[in-house]
Amino acid sequence: MASTPLIRVQDLTKHFYIPTGFLGRKNIIVKAVDGVSFDIEAGETLGMVGESGCGKSTTGRAVLQLHKPTSGRVFFNDKDLTTASAEELRVLRTKFQMVFQDPYASLNPRHSVGAIIAEPLVIHGIMSGSELQDRVTELLELVGLNPAYRNRFPHEFSGGQRQRIMIARALSVKPDFIVCDEPISALDVSIQAQVVNLLQELQEKLGVAYLFIAHDLSMVKHISHRVAVMYLGKMVELATRKDLFDNPIHPYTQSLTSAVPIPNPKLERRRQRIILKGEPPSPANPPSGCVFHPRCPIAKEICKLEAPPFAALSVQCGHFAACHFAESQIENKITKDAPIY
Amino acid sequence: MADNPTLHGADSRLEEKVTFKEQAAFVGRLLWRDRTGIIGILIFISIVFAAVFADGLTAYEPLDQDLSASKLPPAWEEGGAPEHPLGTDNLGRDMLSRLIYGARVSLGVSFFGALIAAAIGVFLGATAAYVGGRLDDLIMAPVNLVLSLPYLLFVVFVASVLGKSLLNVILIFGITNSPIFARVTRGEVLRIRESAYVESAMSAGARWWRVLLIHIMPNLVGPLVTLISFQISAMIFYEAGLGFIGLSVPPTIPSWGNMLAEGRKYIASYPWLTTWPGLAIVYTSLGMNLLGDWLRDISDPRVRRARR
Amino acid sequence: MPPILEVKNLVTKFHAIDGIVNAVNGVTFTLEEGETLAIVGESGSGKSVSMMSILGLLPSPPAKIEGGEAIFHSEKGAVDLLKLPYDEISNVRGGRIGFIFQDPGTSLNPILTVGEQITESLTRHLGLDSQQARRRAIDLLADVGIPDPELRFSAYPFQLSGGMRQRVMIAIAVACSPSIVIADEPTTALDVTIQAQIVSLFKELRKRMGVSTIWITHDLGLVAGLADRVLVMYAGRIMESALVDDLYENPQHPYTVGLLGALPRLDTDETRRLVSIDGTPPDSTIPIQHCPFAWRCPHAFERCWREIPDLMDVEKNHQAACFAVSGKGG
Repeated sequence: MASTPLIRVQDLTKHFYIPTGFLGRKNIIVKAVDGVSFDIEAGETLGMVGESGCGKSTTGRAVLQLHKPTSGRVFFNDKDLTTASAEELRVLRTKFQMVFQDPYASLNPRHSVGAIIAEPLVIHGIMSGSELQDRVTELLELVGLNPAYRNRFPHEFSGGQRQRIMIARALSVKPDFIVCDEPISALDVSIQAQVVNLLQELQEKLGVAYLFIAHDLSMVKHISHRVAVMYLGKMVELATRKDLFDNPIHPYTQSLTSAVPIPNPKLERRRQRIILKGEPPSPANPPSGCVFHPRCPIAKEICKLEAPPFAALSVQCGHFAACHFAESQIENKITKDAPIY
Repeated sequence: MADNPTLHGADSRLEEKVTFKEQAAFVGRLLWRDRTGIIGILIFISIVFAAVFADGLTAYEPLDQDLSASKLPPAWEEGGAPEHPLGTDNLGRDMLSRLIYGARVSLGVSFFGALIAAAIGVFLGATAAYVGGRLDDLIMAPVNLVLSLPYLLFVVFVASVLGKSLLNVILIFGITNSPIFARVTRGEVLRIRESAYVESAMSAGARWWRVLLIHIMPNLVGPLVTLISFQISAMIFYEAGLGFIGLSVPPTIPSWGNMLAEGRKYIASYPWLTTWPGLAIVYTSLGMNLLGDWLRDISDPRVRRARR
Repeated sequence: MPPILEVKNLVTKFHAIDGIVNAVNGVTFTLEEGETLAIVGESGSGKSVSMMSILGLLPSPPAKIEGGEAIFHSEKGAVDLLKLPYDEISNVRGGRIGFIFQDPGTSLNPILTVGEQITESLTRHLGLDSQQARRRAIDLLADVGIPDPELRFSAYPFQLSGGMRQRVMIAIAVACSPSIVIADEPTTALDVTIQAQIVSLFKELRKRMGVSTIWITHDLGLVAGLADRVLVMYAGRIMESALVDDLYENPQHPYTVGLLGALPRLDTDETRRLVSIDGTPPDSTIPIQHCPFAWRCPHAFERCWREIPDLMDVEKNHQAACFAVSGKGG
């Protein structure tokens, strides 16, 4: 029963060219995303984690063609978005939307909240008049806001409420897929829970798929079905949530999971931490071979010379890792207890 | 028990509808905080009033000469006459009437000049910023060139080419002041173009004209209104300057600049001829400046976040 | 042995254009010598403002400390920090009490080299001459784990990464061997793997120097791994005070319970819904005469709306500002 996945990304690459040097002659190439491939099924949440500079936000934007990819393909329901014409793409935008990171900057301060939510419908000419107003009411209620606030302006709402407004706007055109780019990082803990619960309810009710991009590993674990880990423009591991956290294969994933604080003092005292040395390198100047090798605790000669393929593990279905020693890692894993937590 | 908030947010601040009374009260509070703004608004209203109702306010026509009553000092001085409260000029024309009619020229020239400058400048600046690339360089090069020229010389040059008329003065100011509008608009559009809400509009499928007109333009209103106020204030001075060297409107039309020019010869013996237009210029310019300052303060989003 | 810092009834308000912001509404706590106290709260809880009030770091209009005392017990005797004039409090700051700021990007002076910023503190508080100060600064840079400290001494902040800059901030804070270090969200702006490095550095320094610490954060995971005791703040007041194990195993105040329930956890596999606390924190410009959490509290009853609860004993070394729970305990 293999149906085509909703989103199929193949070898997605996005390089930025920054002019430098005298008169801007030379270009520095920033390899923000460097050959990333993954699928997203209808109705599922793929979480994408990584630290600053890993390229996760750029990936999200490149999938939606907000950045034109340098190379690679993005298929939405088998339609190749990278070769679609501008008009085709524009019309398709009703099927996929984005929720942005900063709730304070993502809403036009001069537009009323009702207008902001209705905008995608107006742009695509889907509804107007009283039908439009009814839909706005419906959307406000869906995200848990009082519909009477439709004429208010963004600055009158709190961060969590603004984020809900953005979600309502994204939902207005009934998309199949929403890219959530760090939707909760700017919010307080108790409000983060409100927004995440809302996103999950909406997924259950409407069957929307999410690409949930965040740096908070615990939250990503909570909301995702599958999780992808990014480092310096490359995807280093991809697995179901259970597999990734029970059996992290890639050394970066292991150190990431060991670095995340857990609200349990007794556990925290016992934990073995894998502390990486050094700092993440700049995507303008990535290391040779495997991009993680300078900081990797198990790096060998081959890691400097050859970039490892992002390959499926033989032993665990649907679990991919980009490490020359992936197979041997998993042999160790399955027999020993995980020391991390 | 205190006000129990709604299920969806403890924002007891958000009532259902903002009434007009509330909005007016809000503006009132903004004015009160910044009392110089009140002064600016009052000055502005008084000048507009004078210009519009000049016919009703004055007892004399500005061109009526009465040589028998020439060079009279103001009414409170020795030799003054109560019918001419501010005195008369060398041709016996009533100073007060000329002053009030002169407001028309000053306001007309500076308002329309500023509007034309804004229209040209905003168009150029927005196009340069939005399209970017070579077009940006192409547009901004002459703009920056004009900005680097000494302003008054440039104006004088253009004026001497075009000749003296009310329309020409307005055009001159419109053209020569457009570069500053172009620069400011370009900067603002560049900034707004990178903002998250513009990205959000594009990801929703908005076409370029929608982004420009519906998202970018409304956010330009604040800085533009402020700039227009300051430019109006400046143009009042420039008109005076032009009038002083005889390049403003023809002498048949009373303008404060012309009055300054005519009164120059008599400055030692009858200083009133230049004092009144001078004070009028300062008064109006100051008012526009205060108004501009206040507008700039209230368009600052931190101030607008004030609670109702 | 008396506690090294005793804060009683601290009240700080901001006199702003639109009204008076009641940022800190009567905060009382102590810091024992050698312990690490974590102050946890969300934005607007008053956690940063209270610490900055103690060290005179708030611009004075609009901030005004309207009450309370902050007794610092140093070798020189006890002194109320809130009553010190400007030049004396700036002697204490950096010298006997170090402060680590949140965002190293904006807290380091961009036009001074890293070395200059450390030696500034050394020459001012320890009276070292420039040679001695330079040598000590380089040692400090090495202590905080900065590679090539002699080179980095002459580097400017923009030449360093976020993690490095925070290490420099730590170096500045501990340069004069202070008795207390106050760290205000020092790792919030950092990636999680860098955060782990900084926390590990901090623990090592703490062990070596025996310094008493106050760590301000919103991250309850971080607190579990760092603190000996925890204060939970909300709306400018302390809601709960407990030893770290007790707080996580037996949280009393409904706010703390809600906060812990809202956290997703890496160590459990359950797919429960996160507990979300409905509503938002109260408007700090409106003074209230009842429990500030009452609007959002599932246990609020009639008394909660009439009086403001003080911190009351629930168990040994465990207090909560709540009428609903203070009946319990043993």
